[in-house]
Amino acid sequence: MAEITLQDIIKPENLVYKKTDLMTDKPLSYCPGCGHGTAHRITMEVIEELNLAEDTIGVAPVGCSVLAYEFMNVDMTQAAHGRAPAVATGIKRVWPNKVVFTYQGDGDLAAIGTSETIHACNRGENIVIIFINNGIYGMTGGQMAPTTLPGMKSSTSPYGRDVAMMGNPLKMTELVAQLPGTYFVTRQAVHTPAAVRKAKKAIKKAFENQRDCKPGLSFIEIVSNCNSGWKMTPTDANKWMEENMFPFYPMGDIKVDGQLVK
Amino acid sequence: MAKVRGAIVVDVEKCKGCGVCLPACPTDVIDLASEVNGKGYHYAFMNQPDECIGCSNCAIVCPDGVITVYKVKLNR
Amino acid sequence: MGELKLMKGNEALAEAAIRAGADAYFGYPITPQSEVIEYLMAEKPHERTGMVVLQAESEIAAINMVYGAAGAGKKVMTSSSSPGISLKQEGISYIAGAELPCLYVNVVRGGPGLGTIQPSQADYFQSTKGGGHGDYRQIVLAPASVQEMSDFVKEGFDLAFKYRIPVLILSDGVIGQMMEKVELFDPIPRWTDEEAIANSPWATTGKKNGTERRIITSLDLDSHKMEEHNIKLQEKYKEITKNEVRYELIDCDDAEYIFVAYGSSARIAQKAVQLARAKGIKAGLFRLITLFPFPTVKMREMCGKGIKGFLAVEMSAGQMVEDVMLAVRGCAKVEHFGRYGGIVHTPEEVLAALEQKIIGG
Repeated sequence: MAEITLQDIIKPENLVYKKTDLMTDKPLSYCPGCGHGTAHRITMEVIEELNLAEDTIGVAPVGCSVLAYEFMNVDMTQAAHGRAPAVATGIKRVWPNKVVFTYQGDGDLAAIGTSETIHACNRGENIVIIFINNGIYGMTGGQMAPTTLPGMKSSTSPYGRDVAMMGNPLKMTELVAQLPGTYFVTRQAVHTPAAVRKAKKAIKKAFENQRDCKPGLSFIEIVSNCNSGWKMTPTDANKWMEENMFPFYPMGDIKVDGQLVK
Repeated sequence: MAKVRGAIVVDVEKCKGCGVCLPACPTDVIDLASEVNGKGYHYAFMNQPDECIGCSNCAIVCPDGVITVYKVKLNR
Repeated sequence: MGELKLMKGNEALAEAAIRAGADAYFGYPITPQSEVIEYLMAEKPHERTGMVVLQAESEIAAINMVYGAAGAGKKVMTSSSSPGISLKQEGISYIAGAELPCLYVNVVRGGPGLGTIQPSQADYFQSTKGGGHGDYRQIVLAPASVQEMSDFVKEGFDLAFKYRIPVLILSDGVIGQMMEKVELFDPIPRWTDEEAIANSPWATTGKKNGTERRIITSLDLDSHKMEEHNIKLQEKYKEITKNEVRYELIDCDDAEYIFVAYGSSARIAQKAVQLARAKGIKAGLFRLITLFPFPTVKMREMCGKGIKGFLAVEMSAGQMVEDVMLAVRGCAKVEHFGRYGGIVHTPEEVLAALEQKIIGG
């Protein structure tokens, strides 16, 4: 066997993976190891693969991903806190042939924007909602979120979430799956290569549903980490997520093609 | 029998040294450098380049999208 | 001559929205303006023109639907009444910050809080001084008739797109609920998608290959850029103040006393002018049509021409009167009169106030 050098391998014709051009070159504002970047990238990869970029309008939330429009290289609108599903409704209703998605965190979608989320789902708006659940308010510095686990520590539940006093975590995804207006509801993760591949498949299905005018909203929860908020290294955070978040927020499809599967 | 060789190129200045790519690599190619980049991060690099099979796992989980992957098939 | 009809103010406004080529209306019912969405739903504008009408889950959702659709370059509007308008303020601030064109309507009722469903003009401060957070202004048109409820829809959309600014039609329960003859303007076709894209190249309509993407946002974490943006907004407001002041002067040529009023109060004050003149008092009416921009220059100019006093007549505890004082700057007497909390004053009360507070005072 002839020796092969790195120079021989690193050639354009041997390229197998590079960041999509639908992600800008701006360095991401997220903490090291944060799942937001991966979720952004696979969303944009799907839009590229489905050749939808020219017809896509995204809606960014308030939260860590408030600047999503700096990184996603498509037309974007930044919405007020929690209002992204209403903003997306407005866009989709006046541009029914465009592809409209929101990208929201758990504070945005599951606390202040609960009403907008549930009603957009219940009306069956033909949009995609990508919901990043990391169990905490990341941007404001690690406060308790509606999705914070029982007993989980945050800066506003420093001794752990006391359910009797602070209430229960909200499983938005199970909740919206019950509404007749949702067509596809799934929960995914992006912390391992296998998880990313699955999540991307789900996102692709969601955008295909919209493109093909399937009746209803496609809702994708991505359970993610917040190593800064959880005060762990990125790899420890991913491990902790598997051990603690996944049992409470189980992975997999909940509703497919308008039918509950779980 | 065909053997596969791969290589990754890390955008060193954009790498945040999170290390998420390390456990994703099936052949333990990647490590974090002892040196730091301009932002002070210990960036990812191919510590054992001969082992890389170009599977793209590292690039797929990289939150910052800083890894580009190349792959060739070698005929022996 | 356009089509003549006997209509409620709220209905005329709704009909005008369809005729003005609006692409969408997003609203939520509240008294005394629910006829707007009721009329629209009954008229099936989706069949007449393709206009979207959607009853949102809240006023908050409705204004954010407006934000989304306006950011996508379409002609959109919402309407509500005072408590509902308070809920919309966050969205309006975002719309102003992101410089989006839209039309919204407040059919004002008495407050504060849930207040009453009866007419009021107590939302003047909210309408002209901001309402939501941040240094922003909006164009405020004050209709005094059912005719103007119709006409201002068309004019409002034109101004909104000319300046990329939210335009508010500040009506009240009287004008919204009263029936009058109205001459409807001829329908304007809705913009085609191509026209909408051409009219608003800044809008999010899908990034075409090789073009820069469009971003609708009110956020900039770089304070220097944020200040620049604010300066740009202020320049725009100056331009509007220079170009778009609208008012009507009635019997002011020889007047010694001026009623300053807008909306339904202006109708009442006009009768008070007649009552005053019958008694030999030389009164006139300065009817404001735009509340922002306020006709400061004209009012100041009138001061030096034999005017002895201004009576600000408004259904509030005294809000517009502050702008009259700022315009007049002490060169004539300025007083306020108005009933509030849902009570509409009579022409006799207005005249009596002039006699007591300005002439006799």
